Amino acid sequence: MIIQALAFYLFSAVAIAAGVMVISARNPVHSVLFLILAFFNSAALFVLMGAEFLAMILVVVYVGAVAVLFLFVVMMLDINFVELRQGFLQYLPVGTLIGIILLLELVLIFGGWVAAPEAAANVAIEIPPPAELHNSAALGRVLYTKYIYLFQAAGMILLIAMIGAIVLTLRARPDVRRQRIASQVARRPEDVLEIKKVPSGGAG
Amino acid sequence: MVELWQGYGLPAIILVAQILVVVVPLLVAVAYLTLAERRIIGAMQLRKGPNVVGAFGLLQPWADAVKLLFKETVIPSGANQIVFIAAPMVTFTLSLMAWAVMPFGDGLVLADINVGIMYLFAISSLGIYGIIMAGWASNSKYAFLGALRSGAQMVSYEVAIGFIIITVLLTAGSLNLSDIVLAQSGGFWNWFWLPHLPMFVIFFASILAETNRSPFDLPEAEAELVAGYNVEYSSMPFALFFLGEYANMILMSGLTTVLFLGGWLPPAEIGFLTLIPGPVWFALKVAFVLFCFLWVRATFPRYRYDQLMRLGWKVFLPLSLAWVVLTAGVLVYSGSLG
Repeated sequence: MIIQALAFYLFSAVAIAAGVMVISARNPVHSVLFLILAFFNSAALFVLMGAEFLAMILVVVYVGAVAVLFLFVVMMLDINFVELRQGFLQYLPVGTLIGIILLLELVLIFGGWVAAPEAAANVAIEIPPPAELHNSAALGRVLYTKYIYLFQAAGMILLIAMIGAIVLTLRARPDVRRQRIASQVARRPEDVLEIKKVPSGGAG
Repeated sequence: MVELWQGYGLPAIILVAQILVVVVPLLVAVAYLTLAERRIIGAMQLRKGPNVVGAFGLLQPWADAVKLLFKETVIPSGANQIVFIAAPMVTFTLSLMAWAVMPFGDGLVLADINVGIMYLFAISSLGIYGIIMAGWASNSKYAFLGALRSGAQMVSYEVAIGFIIITVLLTAGSLNLSDIVLAQSGGFWNWFWLPHLPMFVIFFASILAETNRSPFDLPEAEAELVAGYNVEYSSMPFALFFLGEYANMILMSGLTTVLFLGGWLPPAEIGFLTLIPGPVWFALKVAFVLFCFLWVRATFPRYRYDQLMRLGWKVFLPLSLAWVVLTAGVLVYSGSLG
């Protein structure tokens, strides 16, 4: 148990330190790299709690895809950091307000756990016993039965977002020469080749 | 004290020994893969390849390693030093980490976790970081362009790989790599390459792109980008990139073996074939896939960048997505999905 506790404190300390570095690092690329470190440590915390499927999904989705795109954008943008930091005081009240709201929500959730432990049992759906079914199968079962409409709705929202992104960025560019494989394949020698007989020994 | 030793000390030592048993042969395999590549491509191109250092050139990898070790590590003055040094380490570490879940035989696996295939997919999707970090930290336009190409390429082909993994998962009904192998037992016609033959081909092409191998080796296109993302690297950092790339090739071959070629299972349940231990079959199958890697490199010309993107997004992605739907439909219809 002592190793688990040590691991927990190690991962959470690194996660918090990395989180602080995300907002305080001068170089935005370093910020993204610290963000990745924070994601990693959160995934490790999930593993410690026995939610290894969530941990892997976190790494695949956030570290493997989202943070890569972040890194792409941040690397290629030419950002002026002095200018960026000038608005800091101006945004401070809004930021603090959002932080306080988040903190209150967290206090409400965890306070509920402490104040009325039996309340959680009323909201939660039945969890199959761990011996019968391992956790990723149990997750799938809950997701595709009880929460199927929410799951489908999330999928729809993602689809609409994807179509929106494509519509916003797609523009017809008639001046660009593209490779049309079908027309290349359909090309026959007789359409493009003309064989001429050149008389040899003619006037040179 | 005794309790502490038996509770933590002894298991830790056993674990380290197990890790070494996996990693040391892996690194030797990487060394000889470089030799095999040069010899096989040499044979395919009717020349000899390295054959001077040791018998049949068998000491050539060690000579190369020693040469790289004694070179000077150059860090460009405009480079971001920490990220520059960290990038090859990330590449190399990730390529070793993934081996933790690879099953070499029945029960012969370091970590037999429930979500083994997810772990492999997660780790292989991180491989891109070493390359992007190297390209950015080098502060060189060639390295940066190579890293961008490589990043876009790996992200694109990962999608197809993910869908193909899902089809195999559906068929096997488990996320555990050992269970996936056991679901293919009963001879080579039961291995998943046969029912999923189109996906097998697409998967092979996708892992070529994922490991930045020919014909998709645009990130290191020497004719246009000098050497791509690792142009500023020398000595050991370069060697780490090199080792990482080749370890990733072996890893992806191992993944192909587990998903499509029946892992450690013999090709038929006939007496003398089952006598050969599982790890030997695993190694033989991995070697076969690796040979195909080299074969492709000696055969095909390099893809153009727009062709590469078209192939990934407009051909492989719709095909593999359609195959997921088809597989799920067939499984539900035949009632073999629980």
